[in-house]
Order: sequence, then C-alpha cells, then structure tokens
Amino acid sequence: MADDAARAAPPVAPEQPAAAPPSDREQRILGIIETARSKRARFKDERITMAHGAGGKATQTMIEGLFVPAFESEALAAMGDAGAVAVDGTRLAVTTDSFVVKPIRFPGGSIGELAVNGTVNDLAMAGARPLALTLALVLEEGLASDDLRAEVEAIARAAKAADVEIVAGDTKVVERGHADSMYVCTTGVGAVDPRATLSPSALRPGDRVLVSGTIGEHGTAIMLARGEFELEAPIESDTRSLWPAADTLLDAVGPSLRCLRDATRGGVASVLNELARASRVAMVVREEAVPVTPAVAGASEILGIDPMYVANEGKLVAFVAPEAADEALAALRSAPGCEDAAEIGEVRTEPPGMVLVATAFGGKRVMDQLVGDPLPRIC
Amino acid sequence: MRYVDEYRDAELGRALAGEILATVEPGRHYKVMEVCGGHTHSIYKYGVDDLLPANVELVHGPGCPVCVIPMGRVDDGIAIAHQPGVIFTCFGDMLRVPGSKGTLLEAKAEGADVRMVYSPLDALRIAKQNPDRDVVFFAIGFETTAPSTALTLKRARADGVENFFCMCNHVTIVPPLRALLDSPDLRLDGFIGPGHVATVVGARPFEFIPADYGKPLVVAGFEPLDLLQAIHMILGQLSDGRREIENQYSRVVPYDGNLRALEVLAEVFELRPHFEWRGLGFISQSALRLSDAYADFDAEIRYEVPGVRVADPKACQCGEVLKGVIKPWECKVFGTACTPEHAIGTCMVSPEGACAAYYNYGRFAREREVV
Repeated sequence: MADDAARAAPPVAPEQPAAAPPSDREQRILGIIETARSKRARFKDERITMAHGAGGKATQTMIEGLFVPAFESEALAAMGDAGAVAVDGTRLAVTTDSFVVKPIRFPGGSIGELAVNGTVNDLAMAGARPLALTLALVLEEGLASDDLRAEVEAIARAAKAADVEIVAGDTKVVERGHADSMYVCTTGVGAVDPRATLSPSALRPGDRVLVSGTIGEHGTAIMLARGEFELEAPIESDTRSLWPAADTLLDAVGPSLRCLRDATRGGVASVLNELARASRVAMVVREEAVPVTPAVAGASEILGIDPMYVANEGKLVAFVAPEAADEALAALRSAPGCEDAAEIGEVRTEPPGMVLVATAFGGKRVMDQLVGDPLPRIC
Repeated sequence: MRYVDEYRDAELGRALAGEILATVEPGRHYKVMEVCGGHTHSIYKYGVDDLLPANVELVHGPGCPVCVIPMGRVDDGIAIAHQPGVIFTCFGDMLRVPGSKGTLLEAKAEGADVRMVYSPLDALRIAKQNPDRDVVFFAIGFETTAPSTALTLKRARADGVENFFCMCNHVTIVPPLRALLDSPDLRLDGFIGPGHVATVVGARPFEFIPADYGKPLVVAGFEPLDLLQAIHMILGQLSDGRREIENQYSRVVPYDGNLRALEVLAEVFELRPHFEWRGLGFISQSALRLSDAYADFDAEIRYEVPGVRVADPKACQCGEVLKGVIKPWECKVFGTACTPEHAIGTCMVSPEGACAAYYNYGRFAREREVV
C-alpha cells in the first residue's frame, strides 16, 4: 500500500516495526479462504428472504449462481445496468426494472416518476440515449382512482422531461392484499452513443472516481416518509433523469470515461464494490470528499446507517482516466442537478476487489459489500 | 454536526496519537481490550487503530450483545415466532444471527410474522394495535438496553396490556469479564470500559478489576477522540505503575450510575442462576429473567419452547481469541467449519468480531502493518 501516501491524509507515522512474515499455517488458512471466495457463486439458499432483494451479497449470489448460468446470455453476463443488442449494425441498449416502493408518494417524488427516471438512468449509464419505454402496472384491488391518475400523470410528466415515449403497456389487477397499492414494471430501449466505450471491467489503477452530487437523499427520504422513526427532516428524493449528465460527460471526455453507474439500491458503496470486483482493482475513497447534506448526515447519524449504502435515484458514479478527471468534473458540475459533483477517490492496484475508505479522522477501513439490508425495501 | 464533530477532529486525533506514541515503552507489546461492541464499531468506523503504534493491540471483547446469544436461544425464539397468531419483534441486527436451523430472517420467509423494531415501546404499540394477537419482544442487550425493556414492561402492566410478552435475553457485563480475568492464560494489559453500560451501572462495579486483578480500566465514550484519550490514560497508568478505575466519559457517566434505572431493573428482573454465552459457555449469574412479579409477561412461561442446548462445536476457540491467547487463524475451525456464512462462535457472527474481520480483511490487515 505504498502508493497510499500520495493522496490520502498522511498516516501518523509512528515507527512501525515491520511485521513478521506470516507463518506457514496462517498462509495456508488465507489460501483456503481465498480459494473459497474465488469460487463461482452458488445459489444454495432454501428460500428467498428480503436479503435477496437488498442488492448485497445475497442478491449477487442469486444473480451469478442462478440467473446468469441459466440464461447463458453474454449481454447478461456482462452485468451492466442495461444489455446490448445489435440490430442491423445499430447498437441498442435494453433494460428492465420493477418498482415496489412504499409509500408510493414521498417527499420529492412518487413511484411513477421513479419508474421513468430509474429506467432512463439504466440506459444512460450504458451510454445510451433513452428512446422508448414500456409500462406494466400491477394494481391492487381497492386502489383509489385518484392515486392511479396521479401516478399516470407523474409518469407522463417524467417521460416528457426525459424525452422518452411510452410505446406499449399492460395492466393487471390483483386481489386486495396481493400487492402494495401498485407495482410498476418497465422496459427501456435506448441507442448506444458512439462516443461511449463503457464497461464495468474497464477500470485501471489511477482512474478517478466522481459522484454527481450529494448522496443518500432518496433512501433517507423514503425511510423518514414511512413514519417509523418519529423523525422529521427536510430531505427530498433526488429522483431525476441522468441522461443530461451522462451526455455532458460523454461530450467532454468520451473516450476517457471508463464506466458510469447510478448509485441506486445499496448506494455508492455497492457500486464501488461491484466494479472493484469486475475490474479486479482496489479503490480508495476519501471520506471527507464525499458530498453529503447536513440533514442526511444528521439523520444517518441518528439511525445508525452510513449514507454510502443508502439509495439514490438521481446520482451517478463516474470512473474517469486520471488525465481527464478535472475536465470531467467541471463538465459534470455544469449538468442540471450536478452542481455539487465531487471527486471522491481513486482506483488502485492492491488489494484487488476491495474498497477502502480513508476516514476523515485519519484512519482506514474496508467498505464492504452489504450482506443484506435490515431496513425495509426502499426502491 | 455541532457537538459531534468536535469529538472527531483529525488534528486533535493526531496530537493524541503523538502523546500515545510518547507514552509506550519501546519493545513492550500492549494488549488492551475494548469490552463493548459499540467501541469496536467506532474503532472500525474511524480507523482508530491506524493511529496507534503497532505494539498497541486492541482486542475485541465479549460486549456485542447480539453475538453472544447462543444458538439454542435463537432456536427457541424461532419456535415462538412460528406459533400461530404470534407477532415476533426484535431489533434488526438480531434477524441475521444464526441458530442451529437458520435465522429469524429465514423464519420470516417461511411464514412467521417477524418484525423489526427500534425500541421495545414499538413492540408494545404493535401489541396494542393487535389485541387479538400475541406480540413477543425478543429482548437482548446488556444493562444499557435492559432499562428500556423494564420500563416497557411497567408500561404494559400500567396500561393493562395482556397480549404482550417478553423473551428475556438480557445479560450483565461483570460476570463475563470476571470469567475472562479468572483464566490463567489471560494476556491483556488493560480495559477500555463500556461507556453505555456505565451510564446505567456506573464505574463502581468495575472496581474489582484493578483491585483483584491489577489491571487498569478506563470508562470511555464512543467518539474516536474518546477512545484515543482512554487508550492514552490506560497506557499512562501502566507506565506510572498505577492500577485504577478512571472515567474518561464523565460527561455522561456518573460514578455511581443511574440510580433510577437500577431501581427499575431490580423491580422487573432477577438474575438467572446461569446463562450460556456463545463461544464462552455457561457463566453463572450472568443474565436476567423477568421477576415473579412480571411472570405474566414472560414468553418463556407463556410458550413451550424446545429449550434444547445446542452445543458450540468443541473445536470453537472463541474464548481463547477473546482472551488474546490465540489469533483467529490459530483456531481449529477458523475458515473451514466456521465462516461468516456459517458462523459457529461469537467472534465470527458479527462483521466486527475479531474472526469475521480477519476472515474478510486478513490479507489487507497484514499489508497495513508494513505501511
């Protein structure tokens, strides 16, 4: 970790005696652990629990151990936010998503708006200009028509703002108790931008990590909107289309842009962990550089959660070649809703697959993948 | 955040780290145990140990209330959760603790009505909202959380709630500490005392540690500067040849504790003759149950539970790891039978436990030592 000193706060350098080399037994045990971890994920759980939907290790095991081997799709195995399909030489990005948020309306947005922006953002993160969406609604018997009307209007507004057309749809009604007011399922199609050369495995040591603004707002707003904490704070969901931000970045530094991800379920921490694994690199995040509003920081402190793991619905993480980082940050800050964009860390070589945090206090810690989420579902 | 950031000042942290460095005797290795899981969390979250010289080693103690619950108790809880009509409530971090046949989270997936609460009062509220169902609260924690359970039970009685029950797993901090100290192979030099527990019991109950065992203990707060200051105070005692109780957390902890909270505890609970600790075995008088006056609220009386003791595998060496006798990787089952996915002992259950941390970050930790 000799290269750490360059950017992180210098360690309080007491004279540290060199550690004794690990014993044979320790080495052997570490070897066993390493072998166990590098084996392909196997899905062995007896039942689905909420952890499988939380975006952490359980989700990953289900995807890598069950879906990917069953479908044998190259596009799927690439594990991007959207899959790529070529039609007569035109590269299309296709993505699909479902939205089960509770409550359906919350400060800063609602399920309809979230559905459009969430789908559009998955396309944008694949470097694709969003073109069209399909929309499937699962409605619970007894849902007030006014609630449905409000969501349909929200969907129309968000689609217009994001410049996408709703081109197909489906509706099902289920008995009371079989859905929580309404679920929204979408599919999005976009045209892959020729300037984009994005891939989760494209990260190189030295690359810089940018976030497009203050983090943790959507998830915190939802948690507070549920009213379970008797805690009030002026925090609104950040739901918005990220295509303008992606477009700006592609324009400014296209070929130097390695990868884009929207930091939804599992937050920025999950994005960093996923990509560290996919590119076999390490990352170091400077805690004090991460933009967080005082309200989110305060709520997180009280609830005992880390904003790095909290969902966003309008924030992207960009990985950029070092020489283009300043230009990318300046461009990003000019995009709507990205005024607080910041460079929060960089890609390193060792230890591969791991994300480290240089704490504001001057120490380090590992920012691990979530195991599961004890909090109720938030997107 | 005002009144919080002051205790996380990196500049002051570096200054304190410098003073610690000046206090350590070259060539001497110090092992200091932070007793409380909350301290472990802070150390981990802020990277406090990165500011310490390599010869000051922090040993994570038995004070993680979730991790010390033995498998048999989790099994009993799951058995109650599966009873028809029961709403089973517990704190979120208990949901993932494995019993011998799975976790409460898995019981929920199998159809049990398991709900996460943030306070025992939330459980009581659920009971009031569902008068035709039994609501069981799985109470865990040291003396820190026990008063809130006690007050909830008093409230339930005052409000005449008859469908609220408590499965009490509250434990006490002194007996496991004594058990650790009694072991002849102990390798600890001093203790960071549990600040939250001490807000209730005070610093006085820890006086036996310097008096009987000759080890310093400093009751500490939970911010990174609190911890560095406490470590500095412990090292100072060791270098001066003093062995005493000091209270670093005096802004919150009265030396004699919170007398009203202690009164409530005495009214609602009584000591169990013995209680099993995951990885540590049976420790006498180390846990609480509801007193006879509150027997009507006792889930263990209301329900038939299997009550089967699920033995920790013999090879589990959590006790030795906690005492600082062996390193995690020296345990016979580490990394083979005992992994974070299938944890056997307390040190592997919590992600901050010594073994889980070593399993996940061991390679990284070794690299860090040579920075």
